[in-house]
Amino acid sequence: MSARTLDFSVYAVLIAFALAAPFVFPNYTSQVAVMWLMVLMAVTWDMTGGQMGYNSLGNVIFFGLGMYASAVVQIGLVYDVAEYTSAFGAIVVDFNDTQYFTGLVLGIVAGGVVSTIFAIIVGPFMLGLRGPYFAIGTLGLAVAVAELVSGWEYVGGGGGISMPVYPGIAGEGSLVWYILLGLLALSAHLFCRWLYSTQFGLAINAIRDDEDKAEAMGIQTTRYKVVTWVASAFFMGMGGAVFGNMSGFIEPLEVAFPTTTFGIFMVAMALVGGKGTLWGPVLGAILFHVVKEWTWTYLLGWQWVALGAIIIINVVYFQQGILGWAQDKWPRLFGVSVDRGPSETSVEAAE
Amino acid sequence: MSANGTKIQIELKGVSKAYGGVIANKDISLQVPEGKITGLIGPNGSGKTTLFNSIVGYHPIDEGSIAFEGREISTLRVPEIARLGMLRTFQQTRIYKKMNCVENMVISISHRGGGGLAGVFKSAKDAATVERAEHLLEFVGLYSKRKLISGELSFGQQKLLEFAMALMNQPKVLLLDEPTAGINPTLINGLIDRLKRANEEFGVTLFVIEHNMRVIMNLAEKISCLAHGELLATGTPEDIQNDRRVIDAYLGAH
Ligand SMILES: Nc1ncnc2c1ncn2[C@@H]1O[C@H](COP(=O)(O)OP(=O)(O)O)[C@@H](O)[C@H]1O
Ligand SMILES: [Mg+2]
Repeated sequence: MSARTLDFSVYAVLIAFALAAPFVFPNYTSQVAVMWLMVLMAVTWDMTGGQMGYNSLGNVIFFGLGMYASAVVQIGLVYDVAEYTSAFGAIVVDFNDTQYFTGLVLGIVAGGVVSTIFAIIVGPFMLGLRGPYFAIGTLGLAVAVAELVSGWEYVGGGGGISMPVYPGIAGEGSLVWYILLGLLALSAHLFCRWLYSTQFGLAINAIRDDEDKAEAMGIQTTRYKVVTWVASAFFMGMGGAVFGNMSGFIEPLEVAFPTTTFGIFMVAMALVGGKGTLWGPVLGAILFHVVKEWTWTYLLGWQWVALGAIIIINVVYFQQGILGWAQDKWPRLFGVSVDRGPSETSVEAAE
Repeated sequence: MSANGTKIQIELKGVSKAYGGVIANKDISLQVPEGKITGLIGPNGSGKTTLFNSIVGYHPIDEGSIAFEGREISTLRVPEIARLGMLRTFQQTRIYKKMNCVENMVISISHRGGGGLAGVFKSAKDAATVERAEHLLEFVGLYSKRKLISGELSFGQQKLLEFAMALMNQPKVLLLDEPTAGINPTLINGLIDRLKRANEEFGVTLFVIEHNMRVIMNLAEKISCLAHGELLATGTPEDIQNDRRVIDAYLGAH
């Protein structure tokens, strides 16, 4: 089976599952919706972390900024945001359908755009840091942004904001968030699949393998790095916008900029599935989410221990992740050639 | 123009570079003529790699000037100089180890002209580019390894790949840092032959650091010799071979 047929078979299976799930497991629509969000997070994290070798611990920044940007746009279209937030929910939120849906669409777009702009501004500085410095730098930035938002009364400070309530019949809202998150995950993945098939994809892989060499070959590394991070931020920002609406209430530390949950999960998921591979982050996200939901239900009290154990086993014993391991074991299945002949033959043959 | 009519492509005047207290290069002046093969020799630690690093913009120099095709480049950075058409290979070979040979080649195409990001969204399997890549891999004898992950090549093969990657970039000048170091002695003649052919057929100016005297005598038309960071002598292979100071430097170093 060619890589192309394989890819499209997997898409077909996942899309079939996505279409059937709300009917087959109607009680789990929100859980599966969050699973698509996890896929989105792992796939966009892997753009820099796996493909480019820049392990960000701060990609939740884009998630949170997208969330707040959409909140401000959605509320601001109808109310004065400062009044709305200072009333702490005392203002009777009343959006008619047109106001609500216009706001929602514009809010999601704004989420993507604001995160994009932020990545364009901080990208050139942050991406000048390498290795662990980039990881710690982005983590620091995420903590700082969360602090700043917590102190910004206009957006409700640490108290948060109640989002406009979905106007449709009960259950319709969760289906809408489900569809939006599923579509975002799918489009991010299709985008990555295309991007990694171009020379741009080769350039970011080259940066991952040896950035000094890439520079010595004349590659404008900063541009590639910033563009990649920006693309990742765009999708993450829209994901944050949708998730904010799905949550109904947003606040800085737990929902918008959760560095110790989503911020770590996105890294762990990509690592478990196999970073730097097209499907690794997807597989990792699905497994991770299923295990997480399962332990939350059946191992209450131990769920963090179980997740921690998975991360430790992964990092210590299984660094390539599941698909990375599979690729080493069955390279041909992944279009990688192996050498079985004596090592210098071809060189001698050419003498 | 020099006296015999060849154009000077790289011109160093009074270049000095120190690392803290260690003076790695002191007042070096030399010229690299266009379209020729020029050699740079000297015992270990004499400052050869440092001089290459200065030329390609890896670090700022303390004093002096470096001109490429008449343009001062000592304040430019590595990728800018690379895009002017001057590339270097590394003494500790550097390739993209998790990518296969063809991918290593395709991403090594020229980034000159600063055409921005347009064109980079071409397919990684773009037929014309892959064909040129395979042709050059064949030239260095790696065609049968083209789909192999490059990190799995032997050290010598990695050096050949790095050389092919440099050619893929179609540079005007190629600075090679000890291209034969670590290569199986039986393969060295083949490599020398390919360096000469790259120079003749593709018209690439070569500036080659070489520790192995026999190799450089075979290869270069003009050789400069460094010792303790200073330029001892410049001349034809015969001149250099018979130069008292060069002989002493080499003997003294062993
Ligand atoms: N990055 C560096 N920091 C400090 N000293 C260095 C550095 N690189 C080279 N040197 C010193 O500079 C001198 C010249 O080194 P190098 O240019 O590598 O010599 P060669 O390539 O001729 O063997 C040596 O004494 C070396 O120890
Ligand atoms: Mg050296």
